[in-house]
Amino acid sequence: MTMKARSSSDFWAGLIYMAFGVTALVAARDYGMGSATRMGPGYFPTMLAWLLTAIGAVSALRGMRGKGEHVGGFSLRGILFIAGPIVLFATLLQGAGLLIALPLLIITSAYASAHFNWLRTLLLAAGLTVFCSLIFIKGLGIPMPLLGSWFGN
Amino acid sequence: MDLIANLGMGFDTAFTLTNLFYCLIGVFLGTAIGVLPGLGPTATIAMLLPVTFNLPPVASLIMLAGIYYGSQYGGSTTAILVNLPGEAASVVTSLDGYQMARNGQAGKALAAAAIGSFFAGTVSTVLIALFAPPLADIALKFGPAEYFSLMVLGLVVAVVLAHGSLLHAIGMVILGLLFGLIGTDVNSGVARFTFDTPQLADGVSFVVIAMGMFGLGEIISNIEHESTRSVMVKKIEGLMPTKEDLKRIAAPILRGTALGSALGILPGSGNILGAFAAYSLEKKISKHKDQFGKGAIEGVAAPESANNAGAQTSFIPMLTLGIPSNPVMALMIGAMILQGIQPGPSVITEQPQLFWGIIASMWIGNLFLIILNLPMIGLWVRMILVPYPLLFPAILAFCCIGVFSLNNSDFDVYLIAISGVLGYIFSKLKCEPAPLLLGFILGPLMEEYMRRALVLSRGDATVFITRPISATMLTLSAIALVVVLAPAVRKQRDIALQE
Repeated sequence: MTMKARSSSDFWAGLIYMAFGVTALVAARDYGMGSATRMGPGYFPTMLAWLLTAIGAVSALRGMRGKGEHVGGFSLRGILFIAGPIVLFATLLQGAGLLIALPLLIITSAYASAHFNWLRTLLLAAGLTVFCSLIFIKGLGIPMPLLGSWFGN
Repeated sequence: MDLIANLGMGFDTAFTLTNLFYCLIGVFLGTAIGVLPGLGPTATIAMLLPVTFNLPPVASLIMLAGIYYGSQYGGSTTAILVNLPGEAASVVTSLDGYQMARNGQAGKALAAAAIGSFFAGTVSTVLIALFAPPLADIALKFGPAEYFSLMVLGLVVAVVLAHGSLLHAIGMVILGLLFGLIGTDVNSGVARFTFDTPQLADGVSFVVIAMGMFGLGEIISNIEHESTRSVMVKKIEGLMPTKEDLKRIAAPILRGTALGSALGILPGSGNILGAFAAYSLEKKISKHKDQFGKGAIEGVAAPESANNAGAQTSFIPMLTLGIPSNPVMALMIGAMILQGIQPGPSVITEQPQLFWGIIASMWIGNLFLIILNLPMIGLWVRMILVPYPLLFPAILAFCCIGVFSLNNSDFDVYLIAISGVLGYIFSKLKCEPAPLLLGFILGPLMEEYMRRALVLSRGDATVFITRPISATMLTLSAIALVVVLAPAVRKQRDIALQE
């Protein structure tokens, strides 16, 4: 792999398209192609998957020739502190309940910001938790436990 | 006359207390998110979709529509006052608007933007009422082959007008089409791309895709480029334009409205294109060329009229054909499906109250916006000062709860995390998420129409080119692609779409 390819958006996007395309091709093998008159469940997806793989290949080749825009670094901090808290929230919601999952979501995600401030964040977490409990659980009746199954509810 | 009777019914629907209330909520929220940089209408509507599930169909669509055109208003306010365009389409407004504000003419600029937007909103409301019903009549005669080709055309035009690389736009559309097929196939009952996960049997909710790709992806990018905003706002005076100002902006508003309305119908970034086109047109034909870039009132009035007109006419393909012209319209289609309404040409005849009610509400909404924006300008300016570190955890909280409430399952919450990371990676690689969302909405429909067309033609694939309407649309798609690939046009496109 050349240096050119490594910094080219076309190269990486091409790889992603190819990855999705090939995965779809493999998965769609068992779906039954049917015929043009009676399209089987595999017909349309297989067609799309071939197209996507081809586009991915073209894009990757262009990238290897150094085409495409320069890709900057990825912000691992951003990914970790946004996706992480959401996963944490999803994991804790049923077990621990909203009263624990929501403040944790807010505090951990706020930490992603370079301007993190404990007092401000705690106030926000407290305010939003009260607000969301009232609006979404009491008001709209969304079945989220305030305190979850781990507390014997 | 039919038109008047229909509009009358629309106003009857829109003027109920509930619908007025949701219209007001919509434009209020819209202005707010338009003012706040880093939170667009697509993300907001995606986040609010779960809430609209509990509302009556008309009220929910009126509210969502209000968010969209309201955000166009709000975006221009911050563009003028602090040179921070809250919306892509208001970038042009900031060119001359901010200069006017620096010259102490902020009031005048805001008034010109508001008058232009209101006029454009009124005209485009009438345009929708005039052109939507005949268009839907034609579409009602479409067979599956025509529908399939129409969707191809819609996707191709969206790709051609998308920002950035053409290849990536096509790749994203196809990826979106594939994502759209996840779940149980309606015809065979085969579970496709579910990888033995029962939660995927009903497919991925498009709320998840939209919220993740647009909302979360945007937040991750924003955190990367975080900066402190310090905003100095002077007192705004002189909201009333003079007679001379009105004379100067009358013609630009008319031209901006015409350009914006026409370009707004096109799939892709119609209303952004309209604003840019209107601005360059005024710059070319103005008597005060030297003032452009230094605070020409025409340079505010024309693009503002164009972007508001475009925001509204972009409803035409969505309401009449069921084809989304931009991600916001894709979400509106999704909202209709959530409400159990099948989008397409039959909406006008089967749900006349919904259709005409939305149109009438747009005009009422524009009236609300003038009242909300001009006298309450101080409130919106203060909103810019809300620090982002407070804003985004709140957005995340609403996203998570909203997406959970869709199916009351934490599985969807995990999915938005994945789709958010994917959205961020794609934005890093300069792959726009908008074509993906359009493909996602159209994927299952395209497959269905293709299947039906081929059943009717007994497997003869030439049906798409032997039926005249279908052939015309496919030819247009091919021409659009070829033209855009031609090197000369390609250069022009890059310049035109550059922000």
